[in-house]
Amino acid sequence: MAEYFIDAKGLQCPGPITQLFKQIKEAQSGDVVTIEVTDPAFKRDVESWCKKTKNELLELKEENGVIQAKIKKA
Amino acid sequence: MREDKKTIIVFSNEMDKVMAAFVIATGAAAMGDEVTMFFTFWGLNVLRDAKKKAQGKSFLEKMFGAMMPKGVEKLPLSKMNFLGIGPKLMKYMMRKKNVMMLPEMIKQAQELGIKMVACSMSMDVMGIKKEELIDGVEIGGVATYLGEAGEAGVNLFI
Repeated sequence: MAEYFIDAKGLQCPGPITQLFKQIKEAQSGDVVTIEVTDPAFKRDVESWCKKTKNELLELKEENGVIQAKIKKA
Repeated sequence: MREDKKTIIVFSNEMDKVMAAFVIATGAAAMGDEVTMFFTFWGLNVLRDAKKKAQGKSFLEKMFGAMMPKGVEKLPLSKMNFLGIGPKLMKYMMRKKNVMMLPEMIKQAQELGIKMVACSMSMDVMGIKKEELIDGVEIGGVATYLGEAGEAGVNLFI
């Protein structure tokens, strides 16, 4: 199982979500992608994105304006 | 009907509206949806390649072409255009705030597999030739649009 990290800090909507999409597309089932984003919309967006794309949101936290999400590819 | 399909008609060639169209389109594609964008009437100007030229245009067609914005960098704003100062300001703000610019957005849209269709009837009316459009654009008519829209869960007109 592979792990990936995306630094999408400073990127605005829809940048982070498209980056996440591209990485998940390349990943294998069960791989985990961690992404860090500063766009405040991402917290809600990533939840909707995971629900829609059926990938699992393992963790979602925010620290000093940086939202970090861990997503497992379904 | 398929929930995972979206269509957008881009009728406007105003930069802000076109931006909204591309944000929604790339967002939808990133959600795993199949997206088709139809460019019709003024929206065709978005697809004009500033570097390309077409032969065999009539006088009126040439005039029409000269009066319309040639390509994505020349689009006006729907509000506060101020003879082109508005869009410059907007682009400055976008760059400062790290918002993706329209040319990149279009490139991204193509990478994400978004289908871009130019309306043949409005191309004809406005004298826009296929040779002056950016690469990767298909030509289609109302049946193409309706065929896709009938299946799609969301259809927008911008």
